[in-house]
Amino acid sequence: MSDFFNSGWSIFIAAVTILGLVGCLALLFGASRRKVMSATDNTTGHVWDGDLQELNNPLPRWWMMLFIITVVFGAIYLALYPGLGARAGTLQWSSTGEHQADVVAARAQIAPLYARFNALAPEALAKDAQAMALGERLFVNNCAQCHGSNARGSKGFPNLTDTDWLWGGAPETIMQTIREGRNGNMPPMAAAVGTSEEVRNVANYVLSLSDSPHNSVAAQLGRPKFAACAACHGADGKGNNALGSANLTDKIWLHGWGEDAIVRMVNEGKHNVMPAHKDRLSEDQIRVLGTYVWSFSQPGSLTAQR
Amino acid sequence: MAEPRKVIPIAAAPEVGSVSMYTSEATIHARSVHGWFAAWRWALVWGTQIVFYGLPWLMWNNRPAMLFDLGSRRFYIFNLVLYPQDFIYLTGLLILSAYGLFLFTAVAGRLWCGYACPQTVYTEIFMWVEHHFEGDRQARIKLDKSGWNFNKLWRRGGKHAVWIVIGLWTGFTFVGYFTPIRTLGAEVMSLGLGPWETFWTLFYGFATYGNAGFMREQVCKYMCPYARFQSAMFDHDTLIISYDEKRGEQRGARARTADKAALGLGDCVDCTLCVQVCPTGIDIRKGLQYECIGCAACIDVCDTVMDKLDYPRGLIRYATQRSLAEGGAALTLKRVLRPRVLIYSAVLVLIAGGFVASLALRAPLRVDVVRDRGSLARIVDEGRIENVYRLQVMNNTEFAQRYRFAVSGIAGAQALVRSDTTLAPAESRWVPVAVQVPPEQAQALGPGAHKLMFQVTREADAERAEVSVNEKSTFVVPR
Repeated sequence: MSDFFNSGWSIFIAAVTILGLVGCLALLFGASRRKVMSATDNTTGHVWDGDLQELNNPLPRWWMMLFIITVVFGAIYLALYPGLGARAGTLQWSSTGEHQADVVAARAQIAPLYARFNALAPEALAKDAQAMALGERLFVNNCAQCHGSNARGSKGFPNLTDTDWLWGGAPETIMQTIREGRNGNMPPMAAAVGTSEEVRNVANYVLSLSDSPHNSVAAQLGRPKFAACAACHGADGKGNNALGSANLTDKIWLHGWGEDAIVRMVNEGKHNVMPAHKDRLSEDQIRVLGTYVWSFSQPGSLTAQR
Repeated sequence: MAEPRKVIPIAAAPEVGSVSMYTSEATIHARSVHGWFAAWRWALVWGTQIVFYGLPWLMWNNRPAMLFDLGSRRFYIFNLVLYPQDFIYLTGLLILSAYGLFLFTAVAGRLWCGYACPQTVYTEIFMWVEHHFEGDRQARIKLDKSGWNFNKLWRRGGKHAVWIVIGLWTGFTFVGYFTPIRTLGAEVMSLGLGPWETFWTLFYGFATYGNAGFMREQVCKYMCPYARFQSAMFDHDTLIISYDEKRGEQRGARARTADKAALGLGDCVDCTLCVQVCPTGIDIRKGLQYECIGCAACIDVCDTVMDKLDYPRGLIRYATQRSLAEGGAALTLKRVLRPRVLIYSAVLVLIAGGFVASLALRAPLRVDVVRDRGSLARIVDEGRIENVYRLQVMNNTEFAQRYRFAVSGIAGAQALVRSDTTLAPAESRWVPVAVQVPPEQAQALGPGAHKLMFQVTREADAERAEVSVNEKSTFVVPR
């Protein structure tokens, strides 16, 4: 991709660069031919204010050669690397290309380690301190921005250390989540539920499922209307991992707790995205990372918090 | 009415001719010299080069004693394991070197240039090689002028071959500080040297060959800034290489038996040996010049002449301008202990003390605290407020360390970490730490950021007591 919005600028920059180099050479050539006056006492012969004289100490010739070497270096550099306008240079070097080459080299270097990890089942991998240290680095660099450094999430970003999983908590499922991402969608349900009064009743019913503080009369009234929700969250409200629908019977509230928060969810719905990482991470890395995330919820694991 | 402007005429001196703005300076063929100061220089050549060439081979804790591992960003110096975060020690070292240089220069001039500077040291080694292949000054001048024949070919060829070998070995040794030199040696043997290792070996080798073989005094005269600011560090009580003009003039040749007083001559016999031995090609009898690197070759050679004539030594000697003008010893206590020397010494002692103390008291671990930015605070079980931090824990030692984490500054605050926090030797790791504060305490603090102190403790083991490091941070209570 060119950095210039039309090729004229590219040509202009290249021309200025080349003219600059040629100008430098011409200046050096001219200066080396030029002679200056000199008296026997190594002065220019000029005397100001009676006794102020100007010494004539010529530069050593090798110093001029250094100038010429820099010009030659510049010309070679511009031929090999990008620099002359939009020209890519004969080496076709780019910072992206260099980074990718570094990544390939680093992956080749670490391949034996992953070969060992790949031979282990997730249960065994979670007990491998080296694998978990690697998983921790991957997590800190790729996941912690949203899920927090200790993986306990935040509002809108699931806590990964509990046993409550929207899409399933088996190691393979977690790896799938990392690889392909997840697209959680709760549609606005107000129309299906009814009036705002009925929405409020349903919200109280939902709160009653987890035995949270609620208005029991409203909850009783809301119960029949929960049928609209049951399609995804199940008749018992325990959610469905296949759909990524939340379990409403525990006290885990990803998008806010209390009647108002639930009313807002029913009215407005929610679209929550976990981005896919298959382009950022290699399959080997995803396997270690998935196992690392899974290990949080395993009692007595290396990564359990104390 | 305007006064006529005063005109300052530019008086042109008689012009002799025109010269180029660039000159090709003549090669200096310095005559070889022996004596007290030359011996000192050779002692320093041996001393510095045994250290430079030898140190990469010295093993310590099963790794090179000196290794600057740029790839993993660890710098091993004997028992020390330094991180890029310890850059301040390099700053300290540079300040120490600078003040050391100021102090020595104020007292005794360009000692560094004359005896220990790599430019001098390698030039000395290269000149020794040159002397063995091409002979002394006269022989070299003759060889320069002679046409190409077998004699010139093998002498020149031999000299350059040895120079190139020394240059390559120097480049190899230099890279050996960054890649373990034994590994590097094996790579050279199997022709498996990496591209950067190859580049730096050749580049440093070429720099040695070029600077010590060809550039020599040109480096001192045109590249090194030190010569140009020496006059700012000198004063009338600084020891410089001086020609005793009072004693030397009127210079002139005389028979060994002649009575110089009768001839009206001073001690200088005008043999020009002092000019012939000078590596920068100056005449010290013209007084202090910026080209003078203080190598004292002229002192050594003049003393041999004085000995032959049975004159006292020291027509050219280390002297101060004051002692030459007023007489008396050059270095009396009163003249040495002047304000600039005292101030330089005091600063030097102070910084050296601080440097050594800081290294001696360096903790075996280092901690940096970084707050999670994604969420400042969250409410967890039982209404407790939780903040999450990442602590970069750096193991400054070459044995595994196990750590314990605690917080202080807020009553009831509790630090939670994953159960395994053992770091391998010289390992650095980000450790997520959750800090929880009970709801009643959070309420008492009120919303906002509150000071918090992390305490990371290296747990005691069989050989070592526990050590703690404190790091400041803040705890946020949400509105």
